[in-house]
Amino acid sequence: MKKPLIAIEKCKGCGLCIGACPKKILELSSAFNKQGVNYPVCKDESSCIGCKFCAVICPDCVIEIAETDGEV
Amino acid sequence: MADKILYTRPRSIRDVKTHYCPGCGHGIVHKLIGECLDEMNCREKTLLVAPVGCGVLAYNYFDVDAIEAPHGRAPAVATGMKRARKDKLVISYQGDGDLLAIGTAETIHAANRGENITVIFINNAIYGMTGGQMAPTTMEGQVTKTTPYGRDVTDVGYPIRACELLNTLMAPYYIERVSVHDVPNILKAKKAIRRALQNQLDGKGYSFIEVLSMCPTNWGVDAQTGADWVRDVMMPYYPLGVFRDKGTEEASRVQ
Amino acid sequence: MGKRVLLKGNEAAAEAALIAGCTHYFAYPITPQNEISAYMAKRMPKLNRTFLQAESEIAACNMVYGAAATGVRAMTSSSSPGIALKQEAFSYIAGAEVPAVVINMMRGGPGLGNIAGSQGDYNMCVRGGSNGDFHNLVYAPSTVQELADLTLKAFDVAEKYRILALILGDGYLAQMSEPCVLPEPSGERHEKPWALTGAEGRDAQVIKSLRLADGVLEVHNRHLEEKYKAVEAAEVMFENFMCDDADFILVAYGTASRVCKAAVMRLREKGVKAGVFRPITLWPYPYEALSAAAAGKKKVLTVEMSLGQMLLDVQLAVRGEVPVDFLGRPGGGVPMVDEVEERVLSYGR
Repeated sequence: MKKPLIAIEKCKGCGLCIGACPKKILELSSAFNKQGVNYPVCKDESSCIGCKFCAVICPDCVIEIAETDGEV
Repeated sequence: MADKILYTRPRSIRDVKTHYCPGCGHGIVHKLIGECLDEMNCREKTLLVAPVGCGVLAYNYFDVDAIEAPHGRAPAVATGMKRARKDKLVISYQGDGDLLAIGTAETIHAANRGENITVIFINNAIYGMTGGQMAPTTMEGQVTKTTPYGRDVTDVGYPIRACELLNTLMAPYYIERVSVHDVPNILKAKKAIRRALQNQLDGKGYSFIEVLSMCPTNWGVDAQTGADWVRDVMMPYYPLGVFRDKGTEEASRVQ
Repeated sequence: MGKRVLLKGNEAAAEAALIAGCTHYFAYPITPQNEISAYMAKRMPKLNRTFLQAESEIAACNMVYGAAATGVRAMTSSSSPGIALKQEAFSYIAGAEVPAVVINMMRGGPGLGNIAGSQGDYNMCVRGGSNGDFHNLVYAPSTVQELADLTLKAFDVAEKYRILALILGDGYLAQMSEPCVLPEPSGERHEKPWALTGAEGRDAQVIKSLRLADGVLEVHNRHLEEKYKAVEAAEVMFENFMCDDADFILVAYGTASRVCKAAVMRLREKGVKAGVFRPITLWPYPYEALSAAAAGKKKVLTVEMSLGQMLLDVQLAVRGEVPVDFLGRPGGGVPMVDEVEERVLSYGR
């Protein structure tokens, strides 16, 4: 089971990851990080296919893609 | 249940916050270069030449030896470095003002000599660091701080196409234009950068990669709109593709 | 001791640079220094060293900056207008503390001027022709022998202080041929832990002059100031030619000083005691030595191939204690021996 790991405090809120996700499971949260920026959150990790698009387009290395061993 | 990391920041890029604006393409290109350096195991032999422009602080973000060149002189500095240390991987990282305005002569002559260096040219159609002035690549009609009524080509001329310009020279080995406005193109950009760096390692001579890139802040748009602008406005004028590849001798049809 | 050879100034300087271990030389054509490039173009490939003609003096000096930043001994040469173009790089090289050697064979100015020897670049080269608080070490040879010796020395001193050493000659010195014994290599070398050789087995390092963070550049300037003070304390060079018993002191450097020495010999034959104080380093300028040499004298006459630029430094050194007169010929003109002689004779006994 794959999922994005989002380093919230690194995010500058550009939102490119939102548009890049083919499964449309990222959205900007209403919460703010310390820079006062809305960071992305994954609203449905189970749908994540680990394509890494969000991480690839992120200019600030905010997102890592992880694979867990499957136990939910 | 340890998470296996499938994708993360490349080792060659430092884990520091950059000064680049939200949605700026520099950060993406930095990462692509960093990934190539990791994969090619070249971090420790890389010498980075930083330009004057937004990219100047690249030396804070790449964990490599670096030098900061006067505005426009990076290809000359890179020439001196490469000719002094032939076994190092010399990368000249430049923006459009640096490479195509003040540094035009250095750009053309380093290319014309076929210097065995890799030039990575970030074309975001504007001077970013200084707050958004017209660059040689600013589009016709594009509004900037110094073209407040839109670039008037009858007054200040047309945007310059760097790849096509350098393609008239005999010596360059590899010339390609790529973009980082969306993921498929980012992946292609990485291949191009990898190719260009490998060419240098193989002693093939001058490789030039032009990267169409977003500058949301100075274009006055949000990041996604900026990315779309690259696709819809810049790319028709700056066609992507391989203009020169002496390696395979067939320049693939420009997209 | 090497054998005496008849050498043109330009070629003596070029060979001295090779003896000093210059492995990278970047050229651009401009009279009257062209023989340096031609000589290097012939010799360096044979020595398996790098000669490259750049697309401009600007590019050539930035190639020196890049090569030297990786730890090699690099040089470029030019003449007045070409040196003006290199001034941008001089400031970066100073701020980044990269050792380098540059030769300026001065020609008449301003503008395109002419190709005759001149001393019209003193202000540009000695008093700082580029942006920011910095100094270049400036040597002013007056003979082909001294040109060779100082060019060799320049590489060592540049490396010792991580500074740019400028050889300030002129078109006459460049083009004249004189007997010369080529200097032996000094063998002096300085460790370069700062050199860019790739972050292997050590942390990555940067060579730069940009320091944006608040207050950081000021600290760096203070560091440069300390370095410049050390250079001033250790590297001043001058010649005191028959000044001790002299009533009149001529102050001149380079080609102009040779005219003055000839005039002094004639004057002494006529019972007029004159001497020549000849600065060899123009920065650091020999203020104290000149002040001492001029003390108690009747008059100081500054002689230059310009409208008077070193004159200010002479006045600074003498501080009004002795009247300072000036005799100069700009635009490639050279003060004649009898002109200098007549001027001193006009002072009366």
